[in-house]
Amino acid sequence: MSIDLILFLILAVVAVATALGMLLSKNAVYSALFLVLNFAAIAVFYLLLGAPFIAISQVTVYAGAIMVLFLFVIMLLGAETLAPSKVLRGQGWAAFGLAVVLVAETVYLLVSRHAAVGVIARPDAFLNTMDSLREIGKALFIQYLLPFEVTSILLLVAMVGAIVLTRREKGG
Amino acid sequence: MDWTIWVEWLIKSLFVVFALLTGFAYLTLYERRALAKIQVRIGPNRAGWQGLLQPVADAVKLIFKEELTPAKADKLVFFWAPIITMVPSIVIAAVIPFGPTTTLFGRTIVFSVANINVGVLFLMAVASIAVYGIVLAGWSSNNKYAMLGGLRSSAQMISYELSLGLGFVTAILLGNSMNLHDIVDAQRNVWFAVVQPVGALIFMIVTLAEVNRAPFDMPEAEQELTAGYHSEYSGMKFALFFMAEYQKMIAISMIAATLFFGGYREFWFLKDTFLSVDAIWNIGPWQFQAWFLGPIYMLLKVVVLLFFMIWIRATWPRIRYDRLMSFGWKVLLPLSLAVVFISAVGVLVAQQFDNNWYLAIIPIFSSVAGLVAVGFVDQALRRKSYASH
Amino acid sequence: MVDISYYILLSAVLFTIGAVGVLVRRNPLIIFMSVELMLNAANLAFVSFASMHGSLDGQIFVFFVMTVAAAEVAVGLALIVQIFKSRHSINVDEMNSLKG
Repeated sequence: MSIDLILFLILAVVAVATALGMLLSKNAVYSALFLVLNFAAIAVFYLLLGAPFIAISQVTVYAGAIMVLFLFVIMLLGAETLAPSKVLRGQGWAAFGLAVVLVAETVYLLVSRHAAVGVIARPDAFLNTMDSLREIGKALFIQYLLPFEVTSILLLVAMVGAIVLTRREKGG
Repeated sequence: MDWTIWVEWLIKSLFVVFALLTGFAYLTLYERRALAKIQVRIGPNRAGWQGLLQPVADAVKLIFKEELTPAKADKLVFFWAPIITMVPSIVIAAVIPFGPTTTLFGRTIVFSVANINVGVLFLMAVASIAVYGIVLAGWSSNNKYAMLGGLRSSAQMISYELSLGLGFVTAILLGNSMNLHDIVDAQRNVWFAVVQPVGALIFMIVTLAEVNRAPFDMPEAEQELTAGYHSEYSGMKFALFFMAEYQKMIAISMIAATLFFGGYREFWFLKDTFLSVDAIWNIGPWQFQAWFLGPIYMLLKVVVLLFFMIWIRATWPRIRYDRLMSFGWKVLLPLSLAVVFISAVGVLVAQQFDNNWYLAIIPIFSSVAGLVAVGFVDQALRRKSYASH
Repeated sequence: MVDISYYILLSAVLFTIGAVGVLVRRNPLIIFMSVELMLNAANLAFVSFASMHGSLDGQIFVFFVMTVAAAEVAVGLALIVQIFKSRHSINVDEMNSLKG
C-alpha cells in the first residue's frame, strides 16, 4: 500500500464515522460538531486532490460560517431532543433499504466500468505558487463570469430573504 | 524529502509555540503594569525584579486551583471547549513570516512554519473557526450567563469577520499575492498602512472585536453576564481560556504587523542601511545576511500594537451590544467595502499608467470615505442624544 | 497514486448517509445538515474528477455549490426560527397545517 492510499483510508474512515455520528446523535449540538469534523476531513481530501484554494474555502465557508450559524440557531431554539416519530412507521427500514440499493448501484458501476476510471496523481509544487491561484481567478472571472454574477445575485436575494423573514414588525 | 526538513519544521514550530507561550505570560504582566501606569497605580512589582516572576506565580496558583465541573454540564464538550479555543490561537501563527528567506548551513530557510500560497486565506479560515471554543463553552456550561456570552460572541465574531475579510482583501490587492512573504516583500518601500490608512485602522478595530477585547468585550461583560462564557470554568481550564485570549492578541498583532506595517522588514528610515534585513554584514572573515534582525523588528512592532490594545482597554468604556452590532454592519462593513473598491481602482490605475505614484489616490479617497463615515456616526449619535433629552 | 474509484465510492457513501438522514430524522436542523453533507459528497466527486482530468472546472463548480449552500442555509435557518416562533416546536411531522 502506498502512503497516499493509507492516508486516504484513514481519512475515509474519519469521514464516514463522523457522517454516521451526525446521523445517529440524539443531540443536535453533537450532530453539528460531527458534521464540522466531517467537513474538516473533506477539506484534507481537497488538499490531497491538489485543490488548496477549495480546501481553505471549505474550512472558511462550511466550518467557519455555515456550521456556526447552525450552532447559533440550535442554541437559540434550545437543543431539544425530539421523540421518535409516530407518523410514518417503518420509514427507517425503508430508508436503510434505499441506502443499500444506492451504494450497491455505485459499487456495481465502479466494478463494471473499471477499465474506464483513472488515477489521481500526487499534487505537485506548482500548486503552491500564486500562478495556480491566478488560474482559478481567471477561470472564475473570464470563463465563468456569468455564473459568478448570478451567484452574487443569489446571495443578495438570500440575504434580503433572511432579513425579511426574521424582521420584527414595528410595534408588533 | 530528507530528514533535515523534519528537523527544520520541528525547530520552527517549537520557536513559534515557545514565542506565543512566553509571549502570553509576559503579555499579562505587560498589560497589568501598563494599565497600572495609566491608572496611576504601581501594579504587580513584588515577585522578582519589577514583577518579572509574576507570571510564574500566577501559573503555579492556577495549576493548583480546584477545578469544578457543573453537575448538569455536558461533560465532554465542557472538557474540550478550552482546548478548542486554545488550538486556533497557536495555529494561526503558522503562516506568519518572521524573517527574510536566507541561506543557512547550505539550505534555503524560509522563516515561517508553512510557506503556503493561500496564506492569507489560511488566516481567515483559522480566525473563522476560533469562535467554536467560545460558543461551545457557553453552551456546555448549562448556565444562562455563559450561554448568553457564547451567543453574543458568535453573533459578534461572525458580524465582524466580514470586515476582517475585506481587510485581508485590501492587503491582497496591494500586495498582489496571497502569500504572506510576498505581501511583506511588497512593503519594502512603503508600508500598506501608509497606502491604505483607513483599511489599516478598520482592520485594527475589527481585530479588537475578533479577540473580544475592550471596548468590544461583550461576551464577558462582568456587569451584565458575570464572566460570560467562562463563568463556570476554574483552575487550569479557565487558564486555557485566558491563554487563548492573550495568544490571540499576540497573533492578531503579528497579523496586523505583517499585513499593514511591513512585517519583519525594517522601519522605513533604516532602509538601505546596515540595519536592513537585506543588508550583508562582514564581520572578520564571515559574510552573512542580517536575517536575525527580522524577528527583532517583528517583536518591536507587536509590542507597540499590543500597547495600543491595552491603551484602548484602559481608556474606553464598553459599548452597548446593539450599538456594537449596528456599528459593525452599518458603518464598518460599508466603509470596508468602499475601501476595497478604492484600493482596487487605485491599483488598476497605477497598473494602467505604469506609475506607482497613482497609488496616492488610494489614501486620499479612502480618507474622504473614512471622514464621511465618521460624520455619519457623529450625526447619528447627536440625533440620539437630542432625542433622549 | 489513488484510484479515483475510491473517491467516488466514498462520495457515494457520504451522499447515501446524507440521504438517509433527510429521510429518517425529524429535526429540521439535522435534515438541513444532512443536505449539507450530500452537497459535500457531490463536491468531493467534483474535485476528484477535476484532479483526474487536471482541469479547474470542477473546482469552480465546487465554489458555486458552496455559495448556493450558504444562501440556502441563511434562508433555511431564518425559516426554522420563524416556524419555531409561531409553533414552539420544530418537529417536521407537526408542520401539517396545510394538510387536507
